[in-house]
Amino acid sequence: MFRYLGKRILFMAISLFLIVTSTFFLMHAIPGGPFTSEKKVPEEIKKALEAKYGLDKPLFEQYTDYLVDVIQWDLGPSFTEKSSTVNDMINRGFPVSAHLGLQAIAIAVFGGITLGVIAALKHNKWQDYTGMIIAVLGLSVPSFILATFYQYVFSIELGWFPIAKWESFEYTVLPSLALAASPLAFIARLTRSNMIEVLGQDYIKTAKSKGLSSFVITVKHAIRNALLPVITYLGPLIANVLTGSFVIERIFGIPGLGREFVLSISNRDYTVIMGTTVFYSILLVVLVLLVDLAYTFVDPRIKLAGGGKE
Amino acid sequence: MQQLTKEHFQPISVDLRQAEQISRPSLSFWADAWRRLKQNKVAMVSMIFLIALIVCAIFVPMMSSNDYFTTDLAGKNKKPSAEHWFGTDDLGRDVFVRIWYGARISLEVGFAAAAIDLVVGVIYGGIAGFYGGKIDEAMMRFADILFAIPYLLVVILLLVVFEPGVGTIILALTLTGWIGMARIVRGQMLQLKQQEYVLAARSLGADDMRVLFKHLVPNSLGPIIVTLSLTVPSAIFAESFLSFIGLGVSAPVASWGTMANEGLPAMKYYPWRLMFPAVFISVTMLAFNLFGDGIRDAVDPRLRK
Repeated sequence: MFRYLGKRILFMAISLFLIVTSTFFLMHAIPGGPFTSEKKVPEEIKKALEAKYGLDKPLFEQYTDYLVDVIQWDLGPSFTEKSSTVNDMINRGFPVSAHLGLQAIAIAVFGGITLGVIAALKHNKWQDYTGMIIAVLGLSVPSFILATFYQYVFSIELGWFPIAKWESFEYTVLPSLALAASPLAFIARLTRSNMIEVLGQDYIKTAKSKGLSSFVITVKHAIRNALLPVITYLGPLIANVLTGSFVIERIFGIPGLGREFVLSISNRDYTVIMGTTVFYSILLVVLVLLVDLAYTFVDPRIKLAGGGKE
Repeated sequence: MQQLTKEHFQPISVDLRQAEQISRPSLSFWADAWRRLKQNKVAMVSMIFLIALIVCAIFVPMMSSNDYFTTDLAGKNKKPSAEHWFGTDDLGRDVFVRIWYGARISLEVGFAAAAIDLVVGVIYGGIAGFYGGKIDEAMMRFADILFAIPYLLVVILLLVVFEPGVGTIILALTLTGWIGMARIVRGQMLQLKQQEYVLAARSLGADDMRVLFKHLVPNSLGPIIVTLSLTVPSAIFAESFLSFIGLGVSAPVASWGTMANEGLPAMKYYPWRLMFPAVFISVTMLAFNLFGDGIRDAVDPRLRK
């Protein structure tokens, strides 16, 4: 167990190191520095600015400085928004994004499992077909299109929900639903096919012949086993919701980290791009590791040795 | 009780040669898969739609009297009409032709990314799975490390740094995209290399490369094609996503994602500018997904659920 954990953490560290390194050198490969602007800046001022941000040092020294800073969780200043640092932006934007993301994950998991279980129990009946049509639509329609569709129907035409901004609960409904759509569809399909497989197993027959009620069989024997593979999907689910938040936050004007990231891309604010990328990577890699560990705890059949047999 | 006489027992002549005869034409694996695919109406409709899409993407821009870059500020934001079937955008460009140019870009990205993933993934996964042991361990660890890096973040990063364009998008998408394919192929190799026909080929003196590419890869084509059929829509989705956040191809060329992005602010007054690209992205993705499901069911009926 500890061997496995150590190995995983080592690989995680290598991945993160690669991310930080490649981000740093990619950002410095771009021609022109952050202070190259149309206005002619006096040479002395430029020098002073570069000295302040350490840009006059040799590239390798800047790199080691950056590595040390990242380890100390200091992601650097923003060049376009002079008053705030990347850390400020994360502290400001991430709680909003996390709120939206968790709400979307909750909708996706509960909605997806419910839909999948219903479809499996009513296999080849109309409930099954309707559920799977919803699922394939959810997988096919990109979230940014779904979001604009929701805005058009529920905000402009029906006026049920506010069209944008982030103030109270009703503002969160449409963005969460839009963000949850494709993971919900994926979980529904996964749950359905697992449930159908589990329902054909011998232990379900045993449970039936013991005279257990179909409710107990479904809840105690079938769903529990069918949900195991869904846990493996939690890692990709988090990544999906996270990248989905870039567009959803932009469309609904939500002041989260995703919108901040997209804005920094269009402003070419390199330190912010670099800092947010590193932050997102750390978040994702750690969460995926936690999900994998959770999986091995939930299902003791998984071998911890890792590698070897497929 | 009836007497059983000798006449009751007569030999029924069985022609042993007849039993060996093949009464139906033998179907190869692919003919069988094609037969199953043809029975699947949803998959066939999707396939016809996709073929029509490809044909239109090639020929409509060539034949249309409008082109995708001519601006006409007097005729901007026009409703769909006989002259401009899908209306015009904020610079008076014809949306109908731009949609088909967008289709070219989306399809190009989808197929090119899938092709590169296929080549790299098959070679990498094939070698790792075939040689096994230390080589496999090292190669798959490397892939694992690359795989841990969040996919869209790498893509976004590369697109920020390099010149935006179709080529960059394809490169960025395939940089980590091949790993899924490599894993599938490796898994197949591990299973297949134990089979007797591999031993037979070996004893006939086939070298590693011949066994690998003449015997093992063709026999794992099923899972490879299934993976491939799902790579295309995900690449198309990624391209429209990137264009939507402003990292796609640059003006005047437009992909569906760019057009949706440009149509977004005008949604309330000129809904067709958003509606047409949105419908095209969604329907194309739907067709690719349904067709991919159909291929999966046809190639591997055991997976059908």
